[in-house]
Amino acid sequence: MPSHRVPSEADIISTVEFNHTGELLATGDKGGRVVIFQREPESKSAPRSQGEYDVYSTFQSHEPEFDYLKSLEIEEKINKIKWLPQQNAAHSLLSTNDKTIKLWKITERDKRPEGYNLKDEEGKLKDLSTVTSLQVPVLKPMDLMVEVSPRRVFANGHTYHINSISVNSDCETYMSADDLRINLWHLAITDRSFNIVDIKPANMEDLTEVITASEFHPHHCNLFVYSSSKGSLRLCDMRAAALCDKHSKLFEEPEDPSNRSFFSEIISSVSDVKFSHSGRYMLTRDYLTVKVWDLNMEARPIETYQVHEYLRSKLCSLYENDCIFDKFECAWNGSDSVIMTGAYNNFFRMFDRNTKRDVTLEASRESSKPRAVLKPRRVCVGGKRRRDDISVDSLDFTKKILHTAWHPAENIIAIAATNNLYIFQDKVNSEMH
Amino acid sequence: MEGTMFARGLKRKCWDGDEDVEGAPAAPSYSLQRQSLLDMSLVKLQLCHTLVEPNLCRSVLIANTVRQIQEEMTQDGAWQLPAPPVAGRGPLDHLVSTEILCRAAWEQQGQRPAPDLPSELPGALGAPAPGSAQSCIWEADSSRGHRGSFPKSLDQIFETLESRAPSPVEGLFADAGGPYYDLDAVLTGMVGGKSGPGGGDGLQALAPAGAPPPSASCKRDLGELDHVVEILVET
Repeated sequence: MPSHRVPSEADIISTVEFNHTGELLATGDKGGRVVIFQREPESKSAPRSQGEYDVYSTFQSHEPEFDYLKSLEIEEKINKIKWLPQQNAAHSLLSTNDKTIKLWKITERDKRPEGYNLKDEEGKLKDLSTVTSLQVPVLKPMDLMVEVSPRRVFANGHTYHINSISVNSDCETYMSADDLRINLWHLAITDRSFNIVDIKPANMEDLTEVITASEFHPHHCNLFVYSSSKGSLRLCDMRAAALCDKHSKLFEEPEDPSNRSFFSEIISSVSDVKFSHSGRYMLTRDYLTVKVWDLNMEARPIETYQVHEYLRSKLCSLYENDCIFDKFECAWNGSDSVIMTGAYNNFFRMFDRNTKRDVTLEASRESSKPRAVLKPRRVCVGGKRRRDDISVDSLDFTKKILHTAWHPAENIIAIAATNNLYIFQDKVNSEMH
Repeated sequence: MEGTMFARGLKRKCWDGDEDVEGAPAAPSYSLQRQSLLDMSLVKLQLCHTLVEPNLCRSVLIANTVRQIQEEMTQDGAWQLPAPPVAGRGPLDHLVSTEILCRAAWEQQGQRPAPDLPSELPGALGAPAPGSAQSCIWEADSSRGHRGSFPKSLDQIFETLESRAPSPVEGLFADAGGPYYDLDAVLTGMVGGKSGPGGGDGLQALAPAGAPPPSASCKRDLGELDHVVEILVET
C-alpha cells in the first residue's frame, strides 16, 4: 500500500497466511482487500535484498453487503485466507468474510503475442490493402502483469459468522466453520455443501457453547478438529458418520479448582487451533496460555506455556473493556520445535519446546529498524525492575497482535500489528534468549 | 480508559487499601462486587448499537457468566432482582472494586456469605428478569432491536418450526444455492422439508426485528400452523 495513505480502520490487517512454499504471503484486511507479497529470489548481484517480500498483487476480495431481511450489515472484513496447494503455474487461494467464501486464481502474464495479420498494435483492424504478406504472430516479453480473477463464490452456506476455513489434504474439498455449524464443500461446486457438524440446540435458549476454530488434519483427509468456547477440542472422523456430531476424541483439561473465578470459562475459550506439520500434535491458544496436545492423549495437554500470566489479576478490567474476548492466533515453526503467539503492546512471544526457553519481542517501528536485531522485552510485575522493562499498567491494550504466521520451512515470520505488517527474517541459527 | 482502570488497580494493590484512593471507601463486600459484575454483564448483553450482528461467541460467554453469578447468588440465598441496567458507566470505583472478583476462589474464603440453601436452582433461575436477559441474547443476534413490528415470541415459533425439520439425511444435502430465506416457503408452512442453511434457517433469518421485552416467559404453545400464518399476515 502506498505509504502516503492515511491509515484508516479499513487498513487493519485481519489475517496473514504464507502459501505452502513460503514464496507468497497473503494478508487480508478489514476493508475486504487482499494484498499478496512475493519473496524476491536471493541474488548475488543484490546481496542486500536477500529474499525480501515485495507487493505482488492487491485486489478487492469482498465488498460490504446489506442483509435487507435482517437489517444487518455484512462486514467485508477478511476473516481467513487459505492457500490451495499449487497444481499448475497459477496460484489459488480461498478468502472468506463472515458469510461468503471465494476462490481466487492468480496468474502471471509476462509475454504477449505481437504481429497479428489483421489487427495492428492497438487492436484496430488493419486496412487490408496494406497487408502484403502473412506472418506468424510471436510471443514477445512484456512487463510482468499479475491477474487475479474470482473463480468460485461459495455463498449462502452459513447463517452464523464464519470463523475458519481449511483445505483438505485431498485438495478437492475444504471446510468452513461458523459459530454453530461446519460445512464441507467441493472446490468445484458452489451451490451445495454438506453439513458435517451442527451444535445448534433445538432451543436457542439452551445455547452455552459455540465453535471457535476448526482445521483439517494435514495428512489424514478424513480427520478434522474443532475447538469450542468451553476450551474443549473435538477430533472427528468423517468416515465414522455423515454428521460428525459425535466426536472420535474429546480433548479437555480438567479445571483447576484453586484457580476458579467467574472468568474461568471465558479465559478457557480456545481462540485458535493448529495441527503441527507432523500431524501428531495440536496447538491451542486460550486467553492466557498456549497448549500443545498429543493426539494420543485426551486427558490433558502435554505442554502449557504462559503467554501473559500477569493479566490474571486484571481479568475484571479486561472483561469490562472487552479485551478478554480478543482472539489471538498461534503458529508452529516448520520443524514444530518453536511455537509463537501474539499479545498486547505489540508484543509477541515465542516458546522453544526443546530448550523450554521463551522470548518476548516487540513489533513496532520505534523499536526495530530494518536489519536490526530485535531486542527481547520484559514485562515486570512488581519487584525488581530492569531498565527497559515495561510495567503491566503501562501496556497498551489497543496494540494487539492477533495474527501471526510462520514460513513453512524457514525462520521467517509475519506479524500483523493493527494496520502494519512486519516480516522478520533470521539469517543465522535462531537462538532463544 | 484502560490506563485509568489499571492505574487504579495498581494503587489499590500497592497500598493495601490502608490509604484511601482519591477518597474512595475501602473495598466493598464481595456481594456488592458480584452484583456489580452481574450488572455490567447485563449491560454488555443489551448494548447493540452497531448495525453488524453482535459476536455470538462473546454473547454466549457473557450469558454463561451471568448464569454462574446467578447460581452462586441463589446458593448464597442472596438472590434478588438485579438493578435496572445502568445506561452509561457506573462510578469508576464501583467498577474497579470488582477487581477482587478476579482473585481465585480460595482467596475468597471468609469473604463470601456461607451458602445456607440447598442448591436447587431451576425455580430461582426461572425468575423473569435474568431469565429473559439470557433468552433474549440469541434472538438479538438474529434480529435487530430497533424495529418493533414483530412480537418477540415469534422467535420461539420460528425456533420450534425449525426443529421439526425432517431427517438428518436430507439436511446433509441442503441446497445452499439461492436466497436462504424463501418467503413463499415460510408462508406455506414447513419450508418443504429442508433443514440447514437452505431452509430452516430461512425461518430464523425472518426472525422478528422486535425489541425483546424485558420480561415474560419465552415458551409459547404453538398449536396450529394457521395461527402462525395469521400473525405474519396481520403484521
